[in-house]
Amino acid sequence: MKNIRNFCIIAHIDHGKSTLADRLLDLTHTIGERDKKEQVLDSMDLERERGITIKSHAIQMVYKTDDGVDYLFNLIDTPGHVDFSYEVSRSIAACEGALLIVDATQGIQAQTISNLYLAIDHNLEIIPVLNKMDLEAAMPEDVKDQIVDLIGCDRDDIIETSGKTGFGVERILEAIVERVPAPSGDPKAPLQALIFDSVYNSYRGIIAYFRIFNGTIRKNDFVKFVATGREYNADEIGVLCMGLQPRETMEAGDVGYIISGIKSSKEVKVGDTITHVDNPCGEMISGFENVKPMVFAGIYPVDADDYEELRNSMEKLQLNDASLTFEPESSAALGFGFRCGFLGLLHMEIVQERLDREFDMDVITTVPNVNYKAYTTKGEVIDVHNPSGMPGPNILEHVEEPMIQAHIISKSEYVGAIMNLCIDRRGELQNQVYLTSDRVEVSFMLPLAEIVFDFYDKLKSISRGYASFDYHITGYQPAKLVRLDILLNGEPVDALSTLIHHDNAYTFGRRMCEKLRELIPRQQFDVAIQAAIGAKIIARETVKALRKDVTAKCYGGDISRKRKLLEKQKKGKKRMRQVGNVEVPQSAFLAVLKLDS
Amino acid sequence: MAGLYIHIPYCRQKCHYCNFYSLASRKYRELLPEALQQEMILQKDYLTGETLHTIYIGGGTPTVYPPQVIAEIILAATKQFKTDARAEINIEANPDDLLPDYLHQLRKTPVNRLSIGIQSFHDDDLHYLNRNHSAANAYQAIRNALAAGFDNLNVDLIYGIPGLTDKKWGENIKTVLDFHIPHISAYALTVEPGTALDKLINKKKLPPVEEQQAADQFVMLMEMMAAAGYEHYEISNFCKPGQYARHNTSYWQGISYLGIGPSAHAFDGRSRQWNVSNLEAWLQGIRSHKPAFEREILSPAQQLNEYVMTSLRTMWGTDLQTIQSRFGAGFRQMVLQQAASFQKQGLVFINEDIITLTQRGKLFADGIAAELFVEDSEKTLPE
Repeated sequence: MKNIRNFCIIAHIDHGKSTLADRLLDLTHTIGERDKKEQVLDSMDLERERGITIKSHAIQMVYKTDDGVDYLFNLIDTPGHVDFSYEVSRSIAACEGALLIVDATQGIQAQTISNLYLAIDHNLEIIPVLNKMDLEAAMPEDVKDQIVDLIGCDRDDIIETSGKTGFGVERILEAIVERVPAPSGDPKAPLQALIFDSVYNSYRGIIAYFRIFNGTIRKNDFVKFVATGREYNADEIGVLCMGLQPRETMEAGDVGYIISGIKSSKEVKVGDTITHVDNPCGEMISGFENVKPMVFAGIYPVDADDYEELRNSMEKLQLNDASLTFEPESSAALGFGFRCGFLGLLHMEIVQERLDREFDMDVITTVPNVNYKAYTTKGEVIDVHNPSGMPGPNILEHVEEPMIQAHIISKSEYVGAIMNLCIDRRGELQNQVYLTSDRVEVSFMLPLAEIVFDFYDKLKSISRGYASFDYHITGYQPAKLVRLDILLNGEPVDALSTLIHHDNAYTFGRRMCEKLRELIPRQQFDVAIQAAIGAKIIARETVKALRKDVTAKCYGGDISRKRKLLEKQKKGKKRMRQVGNVEVPQSAFLAVLKLDS
Repeated sequence: MAGLYIHIPYCRQKCHYCNFYSLASRKYRELLPEALQQEMILQKDYLTGETLHTIYIGGGTPTVYPPQVIAEIILAATKQFKTDARAEINIEANPDDLLPDYLHQLRKTPVNRLSIGIQSFHDDDLHYLNRNHSAANAYQAIRNALAAGFDNLNVDLIYGIPGLTDKKWGENIKTVLDFHIPHISAYALTVEPGTALDKLINKKKLPPVEEQQAADQFVMLMEMMAAAGYEHYEISNFCKPGQYARHNTSYWQGISYLGIGPSAHAFDGRSRQWNVSNLEAWLQGIRSHKPAFEREILSPAQQLNEYVMTSLRTMWGTDLQTIQSRFGAGFRQMVLQQAASFQKQGLVFINEDIITLTQRGKLFADGIAAELFVEDSEKTLPE
C-alpha cells in the first residue's frame, strides 16, 4: 500500500489537463505506441471535440523512480463542468492528492476554485502545476501569486510545465511520489469501497469503478451496494490500465473495477459503498447523495415515426448516463416524445448531441424548465417541470423556485457588466473578493431558471471569454411565476410555452416573437406570431407572405445546382412541424434557448 | 438528337448581377478558339454519334470575336459532330457589338439565330446593372439585326430592377412587341451570392431588390405577352406560336448536350459534368489532353427530380406516364399524391396525367417542384 498513489487532476477546461495526462501516461509507458491517440482520457468523440471531460475515468500507471522503486499511480479523471460537481466530489473523495493545473496564460478560473475547495475539504495534498509555460503569453509570476494566495503553498512548490513540449512533466511524477500520501486503511477490516464512476459496456454490462478504503475484495465475493441494497456476485474485479486487467484480490488503497452482471446504470449510484454481504462495514462512506435532475425539457423525434427508435436510443444513453431521466410526454405541436431531466444545461446539450451523433436521431428540444415546487391550497407540494403541469390558479397557493449560489471570477474590468447581468437575472450580490489586483470573484444568489437560458453565453460574451462560472443549488424560494404562451395564427404552440417570472415575461415574450419572426420561413400567407399571458396578448410580430418563389434561369449549368438546392430545401421542410396551418422549423424550437444569439 | 454548347468566357465589362464564368480581360484570347476546337476533338465521342440539332455559342460575350472566328468554331464543330442541315445555330450578342458591318459578316456564317442581351430600354436600369451599352444602343442593335436579315431573334429582358417602375417595364415589353421579336426571355433580377450586386446591396451602395415588385412585374409580363399572342412555354420564355428556342428547350426535355469551354456543362442522360471554371486550368487540361471537369452520376431519384423541376416549368408540363415508364409506378404515385394537394390549392392543373402550373403556380414553381421531389431511400410502391 505504501507504494500506491491515488490522485486526480483539477483544471479548468482548456487548461491542458488531457494533454498533460497523456504525457504522464507516455512517461510511465502506460500506452503502447500503437494505442496512442491524442488525449486518451477523453474517450468519447464529443469529449475530444469539445475538449472537455464529461464522465470521469481512471487509469493505472507504473512509475519507476531513479532508485528503482515501482510506484502504482491511479489517476482518477474528473468531469470538468459545473453540471457534474457531485461526480467530481466523489472522484476527489477517492484520492489522496490532486494536481492543480493552471494555465500560465490565463490564471485561475472559477471552476478550478470550487473543485479545489472540494479537494481541500477532503484533505487532499495539492500539487500546483503551472502549465503552458511554452506559450509566449505565459505570465508565471502573476499566476503563481494567485496560486500562493489561494492555497498558501510555497512558491517553490509550484511546478512549471508544458504538456505540449513535455517540459517539467518528470517533476510532476516525482512530486506525486514525494508529496501525495500513500493510502491508509486496513485490509483486514470489513470491505468499504467507494463507487466513483460507472460505464456501460455492451458485452459486460455495467462496469463500476471503485476505490477501496478498507478491507479486501476477491473475485467471486458476494457483495452488497449499500445505498441501493442490491447484492451481486463479483464476477470480475481488476485494475484499469489501457484496458481492463482482471485480478484475483484487491485491497485497501487500490483503485479498480467490478463487473457483476449489472444491466441497468440506475443500480450503480456514484458515491455508493460496496461491502461484503457476510461481513458488512458498519457504515457507508460519507458524502453519498441521490443526484436529482434540475433542468427539464421535452425531447421529441423530428419524424413522429421515430418515437420508438428515440426511446431505444434514450435507454441506451441512460446505460452510461444514470443522471439522465425521462418519461413519455405528448405535445399537440410535437406529437409523442419524452420529458427529460438533466443535471444542468450542458448536460442537456450533451444528451442532444449524443442522440444526434451516436444514434443519428433528429430531435426537437423544448424550452427547458427548472423543477418548481407548487404548493396547493390543500397543502400538497407538487414538483412541476413542465408548463402544463402547473396546477390551476384556483388551487395554487404559491410556487417556489430553485436558487443557486453562483461564483464568477473575472478580470476586474468586466465586473460591472457581470453585476448588471446578474442583477438583470434577479440576482442578489453576496460577496465580492479581489483575488489579485485585477481578478475578482463575485458571488451571487440567483434563481436557477435564470441561468438555464443563455446566461453562460452572455457571461462569456460580456467578459470576452474571461469570466468563469460555477454554481451549486442552495434551496427554494417563493417566486412570482406566469405561464407565457406563444401563438401562431391564433394557435397556441404548447412546445413553446414557458413558466417565467412575471417581471421578465414582457421582455421575454417580445424577444421570442422577434426571434421566431426570423426563423419561421415565409409561407403563402401571413403568419401572426403572438406572445400571451392567459388571454392577454403581450407581443406580436408578423411573417409576411411569400410573393414569389421561382428561379429565373434554368439552363444547362443551372439544373444540377438548382436541383441540389431544392432537394436540400425539401429535406429542411421535412424537418418542419405543422402547427395549425403554419410550418415551423426545428430551429425555432431550439433558438428560443439562445435568444440573444 | 443532341446539342452543343460553346462557352466564350470574355466580356468587356462584368455586369453586376452576373454569376457566369467570364473575365473582363483579354488574357489568352488568341489561344481560346484553337483550344475550343481541341476540346471538341477530345470529347467527340461524348454524344455517341448523335446528330446535333442545335449549336449554342454563349458566354460571356461571344461577339468579342469577329464573325470569321465564330465561323471557324462552328465549322470545327460540324467537323467533329454530325450536324443536322437545319440545326439551330445561335449566338449570344451584346447590343454594343451589333453594328451593321459586324452583322453583315455574321450573316455569312452558319449562325441563324441571334440572342441579344437588351435587358432594358432605359439608361438608369442599364446603369444599375452595369451593362456596357446604352438604351440607344439597344434600339439600334435590334434595328441593325433586323436590317441585316436576322429574323430569328431573341431579346433578353430583366424585370424587378429597383427603379424599374411598372410603367417603364410595360414600355420595355411594348418595345419588343412593337419590333415583332419572335422570342423573348424575361428574367427576374436575381441577386446571386458573391456577385458584385450582392456585395453592393449589402454595403447599401445599391438599393435592394423587392420581391413584391418582381412578382407584380412577372404577372404584368404574363398578361401582356398572352394578350400579344405569345406562348408562355417556360417560366422565363415567351415566343410567337411554335418559335421555341430549340437549344434551351432541349435542356428541359432531358436531351443530351456537350459543353465546350471553361465552366461549360454537359449531360448524357445519366450523368452531368462541368468543366473547371478557370481559364488557365481549363487550357492546361486541353493542352495535356486531360480535360479538367467534374462529373456526377445521377441516381434514379435525382433524374426524376431534374425531370420534374425542368418539365414543370414548361407549358408541356410533367407527364406522369413518363415518370411511370422511366421510374416506376411507385414514384408516379408519390408525385401524383403531392400534386393533388397543390391542385386543391389552385397551384397546378392535373389533366390527363399531365401536371402543369396555374398562373399563380408559376410564381411558386420552385417550392412546388421541391415538394414533388422524391428520395432514393424511399421504396417505390408495388406495381
